[in-house]
Amino acid sequence: MGWIGDTVDSVKSIQIRQLLTQAVSLGMIVTSALIIWKGLMCITGSESPVVVVLSGSMEPGFKRGDILFLHMSKDPIRAGEIVVFNIDGREIPIVHRVIKVHERKDTGEVDVLTKGDNNYGDDRLLYAQGQLYLQRNHIMGRAVGFLPYVGWVTIIMTEKPIIKYILIGALGLLVITSKD
Amino acid sequence: MHSFVYRLNGLLTFSVTILAIMCAITSLSDNLHTPSPSAEIQVMNINWFQKQPQGNDEVSLTMNISADLQTLFTWNTKQLFIFVAAEYETPKNSLNQVSLWDAIIPSKEHAKFWIHTSNKYRFVDQGNNLRGKEFNLTLHWHVMPKTGKMFADKIVLTGYSFPEEYR
Repeated sequence: MGWIGDTVDSVKSIQIRQLLTQAVSLGMIVTSALIIWKGLMCITGSESPVVVVLSGSMEPGFKRGDILFLHMSKDPIRAGEIVVFNIDGREIPIVHRVIKVHERKDTGEVDVLTKGDNNYGDDRLLYAQGQLYLQRNHIMGRAVGFLPYVGWVTIIMTEKPIIKYILIGALGLLVITSKD
Repeated sequence: MHSFVYRLNGLLTFSVTILAIMCAITSLSDNLHTPSPSAEIQVMNINWFQKQPQGNDEVSLTMNISADLQTLFTWNTKQLFIFVAAEYETPKNSLNQVSLWDAIIPSKEHAKFWIHTSNKYRFVDQGNNLRGKEFNLTLHWHVMPKTGKMFADKIVLTGYSFPEEYR
Protein backbone atom coordinates (compact mmCIF):
# COMPACT_ATOMS: atom_id res chain seq x y z
CA MET A 1 0.00 0.00 0.00
CA GLY A 2 3.00 2.26 0.43
CA TRP A 3 3.61 2.83 -3.30
CA ILE A 4 -0.04 3.78 -3.87
CA GLY A 5 0.34 6.48 -1.24
CA ASP A 6 3.55 7.68 -2.97
CA THR A 7 1.84 7.85 -6.40
CA VAL A 8 -1.10 9.82 -4.99
CA ASP A 9 1.32 12.25 -3.35
CA SER A 10 3.25 12.83 -6.59
CA VAL A 11 0.01 13.42 -8.51
CA LYS A 12 -1.12 16.01 -5.93
CA SER A 13 2.24 17.79 -6.20
CA ILE A 14 1.62 18.70 -9.86
CA GLN A 15 -0.49 21.54 -8.48
CA ILE A 16 -3.93 20.84 -9.84
CA ARG A 17 -4.92 24.49 -9.48
CA GLN A 18 -2.13 25.77 -11.73
CA LEU A 19 -2.92 23.14 -14.37
CA LEU A 20 -6.60 24.03 -14.33
CA THR A 21 -5.80 27.76 -14.60
CA GLN A 22 -3.66 27.15 -17.66
CA ALA A 23 -6.31 24.94 -19.24
CA VAL A 24 -8.94 27.63 -18.67
CA SER A 25 -6.76 30.40 -20.15
CA LEU A 26 -6.06 28.24 -23.19
CA GLY A 27 -9.80 27.66 -23.53
CA MET A 28 -10.42 31.42 -23.26
CA ILE A 29 -7.99 32.14 -26.10
CA VAL A 30 -9.63 29.59 -28.36
CA THR A 31 -13.15 30.72 -27.49
CA SER A 32 -12.44 34.42 -28.04
CA ALA A 33 -10.99 33.63 -31.47
CA LEU A 34 -14.18 31.71 -32.23
CA ILE A 35 -16.33 34.62 -30.97
CA ILE A 36 -14.48 37.06 -33.25
CA TRP A 37 -14.90 34.74 -36.24
CA LYS A 38 -18.62 34.15 -35.65
CA GLY A 39 -19.14 37.85 -34.96
CA LEU A 40 -17.54 38.70 -38.30
CA MET A 41 -19.85 36.18 -39.97
CA CYS A 42 -22.86 38.00 -38.49
CA ILE A 43 -21.63 41.50 -39.37
CA THR A 44 -20.75 40.71 -42.95
CA GLY A 45 -23.68 38.38 -43.54
CA SER A 46 -21.40 35.90 -45.26
CA GLU A 47 -20.50 32.33 -44.38
CA SER A 48 -16.81 33.03 -44.64
CA PRO A 49 -16.06 36.71 -44.19
CA VAL A 50 -12.43 36.35 -45.20
CA VAL A 51 -11.09 34.22 -48.06
CA VAL A 52 -7.61 33.63 -49.45
CA VAL A 53 -7.04 33.95 -53.20
CA LEU A 54 -5.77 30.55 -54.32
CA SER A 55 -5.34 30.88 -58.08
CA GLY A 56 -4.03 33.41 -60.54
CA SER A 57 -7.27 33.77 -62.45
CA MET A 58 -7.84 37.34 -61.25
CA GLU A 59 -4.36 38.69 -61.87
CA PRO A 60 -3.00 41.31 -61.94
CA GLY A 61 -5.67 42.57 -59.55
CA PHE A 62 -5.60 39.75 -57.00
CA LYS A 63 -2.59 37.54 -56.76
CA ARG A 64 -2.29 34.17 -55.06
CA GLY A 65 -1.88 34.77 -51.35
CA ASP A 66 -3.98 37.94 -51.05
CA ILE A 67 -6.90 37.93 -48.69
CA LEU A 68 -10.32 39.32 -49.56
CA PHE A 69 -12.92 40.74 -47.18
CA LEU A 70 -16.42 39.70 -48.14
CA HIS A 71 -19.77 41.26 -47.43
CA MET A 72 -23.18 39.98 -48.41
CA SER A 73 -26.05 42.44 -48.44
CA LYS A 74 -29.56 42.19 -49.83
CA ASP A 75 -28.57 44.58 -52.65
CA PRO A 76 -29.07 43.03 -56.08
CA ILE A 77 -26.07 41.52 -57.78
CA ARG A 78 -24.83 43.71 -60.62
CA ALA A 79 -22.30 43.36 -63.41
CA GLY A 80 -18.72 44.13 -62.45
CA GLU A 81 -18.96 43.01 -58.85
CA ILE A 82 -16.39 40.53 -57.67
CA VAL A 83 -18.22 37.62 -56.08
CA VAL A 84 -17.17 34.51 -54.27
CA PHE A 85 -19.20 31.43 -55.09
CA ASN A 86 -19.35 27.70 -54.56
CA ILE A 87 -20.19 25.24 -57.30
CA ASP A 88 -22.33 22.28 -56.23
CA GLY A 89 -20.01 19.40 -55.67
CA ARG A 90 -16.86 21.47 -55.29
CA GLU A 91 -15.61 22.62 -51.93
CA ILE A 92 -13.17 25.35 -52.94
CA PRO A 93 -14.82 28.76 -53.37
CA ILE A 94 -14.02 30.69 -56.54
CA VAL A 95 -13.47 34.45 -56.73
CA HIS A 96 -14.46 35.91 -60.10
CA ARG A 97 -16.19 38.91 -61.63
CA VAL A 98 -19.82 39.05 -62.77
CA ILE A 99 -20.07 39.78 -66.49
CA LYS A 100 -23.74 39.06 -67.21
CA VAL A 101 -26.88 39.63 -65.17
CA HIS A 102 -30.46 38.63 -65.98
CA GLU A 103 -32.90 39.67 -63.26
CA ARG A 104 -36.45 38.31 -63.38
CA LYS A 105 -39.25 40.82 -63.15
CA ASP A 106 -41.68 38.62 -61.28
CA THR A 107 -39.51 36.92 -58.67
CA GLY A 108 -36.54 39.27 -58.44
CA GLU A 109 -34.30 36.23 -58.81
CA VAL A 110 -31.17 36.65 -60.78
CA ASP A 111 -29.11 34.60 -63.24
CA VAL A 112 -25.45 35.50 -63.20
CA LEU A 113 -22.48 34.59 -65.40
CA THR A 114 -18.94 35.05 -64.09
CA LYS A 115 -15.44 35.17 -65.51
CA GLY A 116 -11.96 35.53 -64.09
CA ASP A 117 -10.19 38.68 -65.26
CA ASN A 118 -7.16 36.68 -66.34
CA ASN A 119 -9.12 33.86 -68.00
CA TYR A 120 -9.90 33.81 -71.69
CA GLY A 121 -13.42 32.42 -71.48
CA ASP A 122 -16.30 32.64 -69.05
CA ASP A 123 -16.87 30.23 -66.17
CA ARG A 124 -19.44 27.95 -67.85
CA LEU A 125 -16.71 25.29 -68.01
CA LEU A 126 -16.44 25.42 -64.22
CA TYR A 127 -20.15 25.25 -63.51
CA ALA A 128 -21.92 21.94 -62.97
CA GLN A 129 -22.94 19.89 -65.97
CA GLY A 130 -25.71 21.71 -67.84
CA GLN A 131 -25.62 24.75 -65.57
CA LEU A 132 -25.57 27.98 -67.55
CA TYR A 133 -25.87 30.57 -64.80
CA LEU A 134 -25.29 31.02 -61.09
CA GLN A 135 -28.11 31.97 -58.75
CA ARG A 136 -27.97 34.02 -55.58
CA ASN A 137 -27.84 30.95 -53.36
CA HIS A 138 -24.52 29.94 -54.91
CA ILE A 139 -22.92 33.26 -54.00
CA MET A 140 -21.25 33.61 -50.62
CA GLY A 141 -20.38 37.28 -50.73
CA ARG A 142 -19.05 40.27 -52.60
CA ALA A 143 -15.41 41.28 -52.27
CA VAL A 144 -15.28 44.76 -50.73
CA GLY A 145 -11.67 45.09 -49.65
CA PHE A 146 -8.37 43.30 -49.75
CA LEU A 147 -4.98 42.95 -48.11
CA PRO A 148 -1.98 41.77 -50.12
CA TYR A 149 0.29 38.83 -49.18
CA VAL A 150 -1.31 38.12 -45.78
CA GLY A 151 -2.96 34.93 -47.03
CA TRP A 152 0.34 33.13 -47.71
CA VAL A 153 0.30 31.90 -44.07
CA THR A 154 -2.92 29.99 -44.77
CA ILE A 155 -1.68 28.64 -48.10
CA ILE A 156 1.55 27.35 -46.57
CA MET A 157 -0.31 25.72 -43.69
CA THR A 158 -2.77 24.03 -46.05
CA GLU A 159 -0.23 22.78 -48.54
CA LYS A 160 2.39 21.68 -46.04
CA PRO A 161 0.38 20.50 -43.04
CA ILE A 162 3.57 19.58 -41.17
CA ILE A 163 4.15 23.29 -40.57
CA LYS A 164 0.68 23.57 -39.04
CA TYR A 165 1.46 20.74 -36.60
CA ILE A 166 4.84 22.23 -35.69
CA LEU A 167 3.24 25.65 -35.00
CA ILE A 168 0.44 24.23 -32.88
CA GLY A 169 2.87 22.00 -31.01
CA ALA A 170 5.20 24.91 -30.29
CA LEU A 171 2.31 27.13 -29.15
CA GLY A 172 1.00 24.38 -26.90
CA LEU A 173 4.46 23.88 -25.42
CA LEU A 174 4.82 27.60 -24.81
CA VAL A 175 1.49 27.81 -23.00
CA ILE A 176 2.23 24.80 -20.79
CA THR A 177 5.75 25.76 -19.85
CA SER A 178 5.10 29.46 -19.20
CA LYS A 179 5.25 30.23 -15.52
CA ASP A 180 2.60 32.92 -15.48
CA MET B 1 10.36 39.79 -18.67
CA HIS B 2 13.48 40.58 -20.64
CA SER B 3 14.16 37.30 -22.35
CA PHE B 4 14.66 37.06 -26.10
CA VAL B 5 11.29 35.42 -26.66
CA TYR B 6 9.33 38.14 -24.86
CA ARG B 7 11.16 40.87 -26.75
CA LEU B 8 10.55 39.15 -30.08
CA ASN B 9 6.87 38.68 -29.24
CA GLY B 10 6.50 42.34 -28.28
CA LEU B 11 8.29 43.50 -31.43
CA LEU B 12 6.18 41.31 -33.72
CA THR B 13 2.88 42.37 -32.13
CA PHE B 14 3.83 46.03 -32.34
CA SER B 15 4.93 45.89 -35.97
CA VAL B 16 1.84 43.97 -37.11
CA THR B 17 -0.40 46.48 -35.31
CA ILE B 18 1.40 49.42 -36.93
CA LEU B 19 1.15 47.78 -40.36
CA ALA B 20 -2.58 47.23 -39.90
CA ILE B 21 -3.11 50.86 -38.86
CA MET B 22 -1.09 52.09 -41.85
CA CYS B 23 -3.18 49.97 -44.23
CA ALA B 24 -6.39 51.33 -42.71
CA ILE B 25 -5.24 54.97 -42.97
CA THR B 26 -4.09 54.41 -46.55
CA SER B 27 -7.50 53.07 -47.43
CA LEU B 28 -9.27 55.94 -45.66
CA SER B 29 -7.22 58.50 -47.60
CA ASP B 30 -9.02 57.34 -50.74
CA ASN B 31 -12.25 58.85 -49.37
CA LEU B 32 -10.79 62.36 -49.50
CA HIS B 33 -10.41 62.18 -53.24
CA THR B 34 -13.15 63.35 -55.64
CA PRO B 35 -12.72 62.14 -59.21
CA SER B 36 -14.23 63.64 -62.39
CA PRO B 37 -14.09 61.10 -65.19
CA SER B 38 -15.69 61.42 -68.62
CA ALA B 39 -16.50 58.98 -71.40
CA GLU B 40 -18.17 58.65 -74.77
CA ILE B 41 -19.26 55.57 -76.68
CA GLN B 42 -20.39 55.49 -80.29
CA VAL B 43 -21.86 52.42 -81.93
CA MET B 44 -20.23 52.55 -85.34
CA ASN B 45 -21.88 49.51 -86.85
CA ILE B 46 -24.14 46.57 -86.10
CA ASN B 47 -22.11 43.84 -87.77
CA TRP B 48 -24.81 41.18 -87.61
CA PHE B 49 -27.98 40.45 -85.66
CA GLN B 50 -29.28 36.87 -85.68
CA LYS B 51 -31.40 34.42 -83.77
CA GLN B 52 -29.42 31.40 -82.58
CA PRO B 53 -30.70 27.84 -83.07
CA GLN B 54 -31.54 27.68 -79.33
CA GLY B 55 -33.82 30.71 -79.72
CA ASN B 56 -31.65 33.44 -78.18
CA ASP B 57 -30.88 36.63 -80.02
CA GLU B 58 -27.25 37.43 -80.67
CA VAL B 59 -25.74 40.65 -81.95
CA SER B 60 -22.23 41.73 -82.87
CA LEU B 61 -21.40 45.40 -82.90
CA THR B 62 -18.40 47.68 -83.33
CA MET B 63 -17.91 50.61 -80.98
CA ASN B 64 -15.70 53.65 -80.59
CA ILE B 65 -14.94 54.10 -76.91
CA SER B 66 -13.14 57.18 -75.67
CA ALA B 67 -12.63 58.10 -72.05
CA ASP B 68 -10.57 60.19 -69.69
CA LEU B 69 -10.30 58.40 -66.34
CA GLN B 70 -7.08 59.96 -65.12
CA THR B 71 -8.70 61.64 -62.11
CA LEU B 72 -9.67 58.25 -60.68
CA PHE B 73 -6.07 57.34 -59.88
CA THR B 74 -4.72 58.00 -56.37
CA TRP B 75 -1.44 57.02 -54.75
CA ASN B 76 -3.23 53.95 -53.38
CA THR B 77 -4.52 52.75 -56.76
CA LYS B 78 -3.07 49.54 -58.14
CA GLN B 79 -5.14 49.37 -61.30
CA LEU B 80 -8.50 50.28 -62.78
CA PHE B 81 -10.75 47.56 -64.17
CA ILE B 82 -13.17 49.04 -66.68
CA PHE B 83 -15.87 47.44 -68.73
CA VAL B 84 -18.67 48.46 -71.05
CA ALA B 85 -22.02 46.80 -70.44
CA ALA B 86 -25.26 46.99 -72.36
CA GLU B 87 -28.30 47.35 -70.11
CA TYR B 88 -31.86 46.78 -71.25
CA GLU B 89 -35.24 45.57 -70.09
CA THR B 90 -37.25 42.69 -71.52
CA PRO B 91 -40.80 41.47 -70.85
CA LYS B 92 -39.53 38.68 -68.61
CA ASN B 93 -36.51 40.37 -67.03
CA SER B 94 -36.53 43.70 -65.22
CA LEU B 95 -32.84 44.15 -65.89
CA ASN B 96 -30.30 42.56 -68.18
CA GLN B 97 -26.66 43.52 -68.09
CA VAL B 98 -24.27 42.09 -70.65
CA SER B 99 -20.59 42.93 -70.51
CA LEU B 100 -19.31 43.66 -74.01
CA TRP B 101 -15.72 44.71 -73.50
CA ASP B 102 -13.34 45.13 -70.60
CA ALA B 103 -9.79 46.29 -69.99
CA ILE B 104 -7.33 46.79 -67.20
CA ILE B 105 -5.72 50.21 -66.90
CA PRO B 106 -2.49 49.78 -64.96
CA SER B 107 -1.48 53.42 -64.55
CA LYS B 108 -2.59 57.03 -64.93
CA GLU B 109 -0.82 57.44 -68.27
CA HIS B 110 -3.00 54.78 -69.85
CA ALA B 111 -6.22 56.21 -68.44
CA LYS B 112 -6.92 58.60 -71.30
CA PHE B 113 -7.67 56.50 -74.35
CA TRP B 114 -9.62 55.93 -77.51
CA ILE B 115 -10.35 52.51 -78.89
CA HIS B 116 -12.19 51.10 -81.88
CA THR B 117 -13.31 47.57 -81.15
CA SER B 118 -15.97 44.96 -81.70
CA ASN B 119 -17.51 43.33 -78.64
CA LYS B 120 -15.07 41.08 -76.83
CA TYR B 121 -17.78 38.94 -75.30
CA ARG B 122 -20.78 37.55 -77.12
CA PHE B 123 -23.90 39.61 -76.74
CA VAL B 124 -26.54 36.92 -76.27
CA ASP B 125 -29.98 37.64 -74.87
CA GLN B 126 -31.97 35.30 -72.66
CA GLY B 127 -34.70 34.97 -75.26
CA ASN B 128 -35.39 36.79 -78.50
CA ASN B 129 -36.40 40.25 -77.36
CA LEU B 130 -33.82 42.48 -78.96
CA ARG B 131 -35.47 43.62 -82.19
CA GLY B 132 -36.11 47.35 -82.04
CA LYS B 133 -35.20 47.49 -78.37
CA GLU B 134 -33.58 50.51 -76.78
CA PHE B 135 -30.58 49.95 -74.57
CA ASN B 136 -28.09 51.89 -72.47
CA LEU B 137 -24.35 51.53 -72.66
CA THR B 138 -22.65 51.99 -69.31
CA LEU B 139 -18.95 52.38 -68.72
CA HIS B 140 -18.19 50.89 -65.29
CA TRP B 141 -14.91 51.19 -63.45
CA HIS B 142 -13.64 49.32 -60.41
CA VAL B 143 -10.76 50.90 -58.56
CA MET B 144 -8.52 48.15 -57.17
CA PRO B 145 -6.39 49.63 -54.41
CA LYS B 146 -2.92 48.65 -53.30
CA THR B 147 -4.57 47.92 -49.97
CA GLY B 148 -8.03 48.39 -48.51
CA LYS B 149 -11.51 49.19 -49.77
CA MET B 150 -12.45 48.86 -53.41
CA PHE B 151 -14.60 51.49 -55.12
CA ALA B 152 -16.83 51.20 -58.15
CA ASP B 153 -18.91 53.63 -60.16
CA LYS B 154 -20.24 54.11 -63.66
CA ILE B 155 -21.31 56.50 -66.41
CA VAL B 156 -24.61 55.70 -68.12
CA LEU B 157 -25.02 56.65 -71.78
CA THR B 158 -28.51 56.35 -73.19
CA GLY B 159 -30.10 56.45 -76.59
CA TYR B 160 -28.87 53.32 -78.34
CA SER B 161 -31.21 50.85 -80.02
CA PHE B 162 -31.19 47.63 -81.97
CA PRO B 163 -32.40 47.40 -85.58
CA GLU B 164 -36.01 46.40 -86.15
CA GLU B 165 -35.13 43.30 -88.16
CA TYR B 166 -32.46 40.64 -88.13
CA ARG B 167 -29.60 41.16 -90.54
